[in-house]
Amino acid sequence: MLANSSKTNKSSKSLMRKFPIYLMMAPGFIYLFFNNYIPIAGLAIAFKDIDFRKGILKSDWIGFRNFEYLFKTKDALIITRNTLMYNAAFILLGIVFGVIAALLMNEVSNKRLLKFYQTAILSPQLVSWIVVSYFVYALLSIDKGMVNNRILPLLGMKEISWYTEPKYWPFIITIMQIWKTIGFNSIIYLATIVGIDSEYYEAATLDGASRGQQIIHITLPLLVPTIVTLFLIHVGRIFYADFGLFFQVPMNSGALFSTTNVIDTYVYRALLQLGDIGMSAAAGFYQSIVGFVLIVISNLIIRKFNKENALF
Amino acid sequence: MKSKLKQNRINTFVACVILTIISICCIIPFLLLVIGSFTDNNVIINEGYSFFPSKWSAAAYVYLSKDFEAMVNAYLVTVFTTVFGTSLGLLISSMLAYGLAHNNLKGSRILNFLVLFTILFNGGLVPTYLMYTQLFRIKNTIWAQVFPSLLVNGFNVMLLRSYFRTNIPQELYEAARIDGASEGRIFFKICLPLSRPILATVGLMQGLAYWNSWLNGLYYLSDTKYYNVQNVLNRLLLDIRYLKSGFFGDMAGEMLATMPTDSVIMAIAVVGVVPMLFIYPFFQKYYVKGITLGGVKG
Repeated sequence: MLANSSKTNKSSKSLMRKFPIYLMMAPGFIYLFFNNYIPIAGLAIAFKDIDFRKGILKSDWIGFRNFEYLFKTKDALIITRNTLMYNAAFILLGIVFGVIAALLMNEVSNKRLLKFYQTAILSPQLVSWIVVSYFVYALLSIDKGMVNNRILPLLGMKEISWYTEPKYWPFIITIMQIWKTIGFNSIIYLATIVGIDSEYYEAATLDGASRGQQIIHITLPLLVPTIVTLFLIHVGRIFYADFGLFFQVPMNSGALFSTTNVIDTYVYRALLQLGDIGMSAAAGFYQSIVGFVLIVISNLIIRKFNKENALF
Repeated sequence: MKSKLKQNRINTFVACVILTIISICCIIPFLLLVIGSFTDNNVIINEGYSFFPSKWSAAAYVYLSKDFEAMVNAYLVTVFTTVFGTSLGLLISSMLAYGLAHNNLKGSRILNFLVLFTILFNGGLVPTYLMYTQLFRIKNTIWAQVFPSLLVNGFNVMLLRSYFRTNIPQELYEAARIDGASEGRIFFKICLPLSRPILATVGLMQGLAYWNSWLNGLYYLSDTKYYNVQNVLNRLLLDIRYLKSGFFGDMAGEMLATMPTDSVIMAIAVVGVVPMLFIYPFFQKYYVKGITLGGVKG
């Protein structure tokens, strides 16, 4: 009895002591509750016919009707295809260019020179997609762009109306994405390369291996875990597109939607430009659920072979 | 051995040549912006933007300096949201992370899961938009630039948490507790001062996100009063009439007719980007750290 009371006393004392910790966490959780958890509950909107006169909570439930409308349109297929194909290209090219740039940087032993290269290659990462769309406009504007005015005449080609011709955009968008992310990717790979034990290379040099052989037989195999991890992380996010890249760089041009519309831009336009809440909520729900499943699966795989890099 | 050394030098040389080419490709678009802003407007109209304009001119900057008020206002919004949002976000995030770093706390597993879950799953634009506009009435207020989606990010919280757990000697906490220091005191006097590297890294990433933020303005602002620099740039490129009607305020018709619009928009873009590119080399160390810390986390 005595022991018991002293125990409760102790635990209530420790709770008193720990109470300020909970208090410190409170603002963060309040923010996450509103900014993240209410919208998760709000996904239910996809099953409603929102009528602002009745209010969101009192609007009628309509089952899967919003989804029926969405998947009847051509758009559903186009935005899914675009989102997946672009991301697939970004993932593969991102790895190839990132690894190449990292290998090259590893050959530079001059610290100052290396810092210069890093600064230059990272600079695109620092600016927003809006600034990028200014460059692209200066290059591709139909009447004032550098390409139409200077480059195409040199090649004896006619002017191209870039902002109304969808067929060029898969290339333009992919190039801009690689341009912007090559610095980011190369730094992650370079961090792994720098961490490789130099004894491997010393032993290989003693055995007479050339630099190229060392890269193929030492550096690349030791890079594989990082490559696979990054690959899986990006596959987990393959259902999410970079809104800025697909919205700003093509300057929201309607003629280009067949090759530039992705799930994120579709949801935005349906909600804020067309005012079609049902359609945009259904597309958003589709993205959230499939996206969640993919992230969880990719993380389970990452955890299987490299626990340190997994989120959970 | 000597030929090996020579071979190494050739390798380094080839790597440098290729890296120089890549670096030029990365920087050259910025140069096109700057040159465009210094090009005579008639040259742009007749010959387009180019790296070697046939006539240079600073008219665009003269125009900007005449009526810089709109740009100053946008800068004030950007600076305010960056400083306020980053400091508040950093404070809230690190307090949350400090609590999560305690393994022996009651409910610790659930609380950690609640933060992790926000990274894995999100409600997306539609419910978020409806909540902020219907419940919080955030539309066309300065808070639209601060609160939605930027303030506390589950990912940053996890980075801070793991630093508090592994990089600070736990004995320090224990010693302070035995001495009777309160948790708040331990957090501010021991935890935060010892965590400067991670605070700088997370703060820089967050600050950069605020500086470059345009999504919130696009979603929640129809009034231009609280436009930040990015929103102004966004509006100008998509809607050249905005340059003539809204951005410079009421301007005499004659002045409007002679405005070098094509070089002015590039000049505004330059003024929007340049500060960041100048500050960046000083913060590069922390930025690179942020990438290597965050980049390999699923």
